[in-house]
Amino acid sequence: MAQVTSIAEEQTSTPLSSSKSITLRISRYNPKHDDSSIFMEFTVPYQKWTTVLEAILDVKKHFDHSVAVRYSCRQATCGSCGMMINGKPRLACFTKISELNSNVITVEPMSNFPIIRDLAVKFERMFDSHHKIKPYLIRDDTELESDAKEFLQSPKEVEQYIQFANCIKCGLCNSACPTMATDSSFVGPQALAQAYRYVADSRDKGKDSRLKMIDEPHGIWRCHFAGSCSQVCPKGVDPAMGIQLLRGYLLGFRS
Amino acid sequence: MTKDEHKEGIGGMANPRRYGIERVAYLLMRLSGLGLLAYFVAHIYETSNILRGQVGWDELLEMTSTTEGHIILSIVIGMCVFHTVNGIRVMLGHGGVGVGKPARPDYPYEPASQNYRHKIGIYSAIVLAAFAMMYGLAVLFGE
Repeated sequence: MAQVTSIAEEQTSTPLSSSKSITLRISRYNPKHDDSSIFMEFTVPYQKWTTVLEAILDVKKHFDHSVAVRYSCRQATCGSCGMMINGKPRLACFTKISELNSNVITVEPMSNFPIIRDLAVKFERMFDSHHKIKPYLIRDDTELESDAKEFLQSPKEVEQYIQFANCIKCGLCNSACPTMATDSSFVGPQALAQAYRYVADSRDKGKDSRLKMIDEPHGIWRCHFAGSCSQVCPKGVDPAMGIQLLRGYLLGFRS
Repeated sequence: MTKDEHKEGIGGMANPRRYGIERVAYLLMRLSGLGLLAYFVAHIYETSNILRGQVGWDELLEMTSTTEGHIILSIVIGMCVFHTVNGIRVMLGHGGVGVGKPARPDYPYEPASQNYRHKIGIYSAIVLAAFAMMYGLAVLFGE
């Protein structure tokens, strides 16, 4: 079932000096009531700079306020608005309609995450995996002395992990991962990349415990280097690189 | 895996259209691996027929001498070459070889691990497999 609706000219937040418009197809599904998802269609005007999130918010404002979508910062920093946009996981706030080169834009909830409602998904499992790899510095001197200063690092040492510290936990990598598509127990590229982030940090002393944690059948060995996680990452984290470098420690190529 | 988990499943895992040549290589690696496993099992069954003596062995051998047999063997050759070459690429990658070095990322954030070296490796595996298949067809049908 599909519903087609257009924004009234005087109500739209996007100036209608542009004659351009797209059909926005939004997946609607409430696991508590519905057996399967349906798509609702809306005709939305857009400008060169209009993002998919802005188009969804236009729909919420003018047609159907019950569309469930999670968002916050609108600038690819909070990692809240991840969704499938024309079949690929992307941040809605970071994806301009004009760059999709399509008159029809389909938005669905991220794959490999349980659906709360419509476009909002549960992040609990990803956060559990993230927490499992101990995403903090582990040191013997847990209590800093009063006259202690910051831990010094050279720029070269910072370069080893700073790329992976950019992770905003949006979950796009887990959504694109082919292993996540079939293995419910897989740790996932997000957590594995963060494991590398701390293992590569010269201030950290928890390498052995982290490597032990991921060295299991549903851990790092289930990554087959398809690289889809890196292709969808909106912050340039490149989880595939982190995972392979991390595996280098386990295989003895790195120390 | 339950419906509640909203996983893409085998269909999503095997869809090669969304994430470039790396995902195509991922799919071909899986298919060629399964194909070679099937061939290995069939090969053991076939060669075990030697226990039936000369007649049984010749009967089985005739099956591979048909047009269909030649085509299947050529596909096996292609799968073997692709799986070997791409497998070497993946193994090197798994050891952290050729995946780039960590660095501060700059927009538009091209992933260093998906670099030209790996793309060349994938295309080489496909081209070599195609050549090997053609050579196999030429030899088998040229008898």
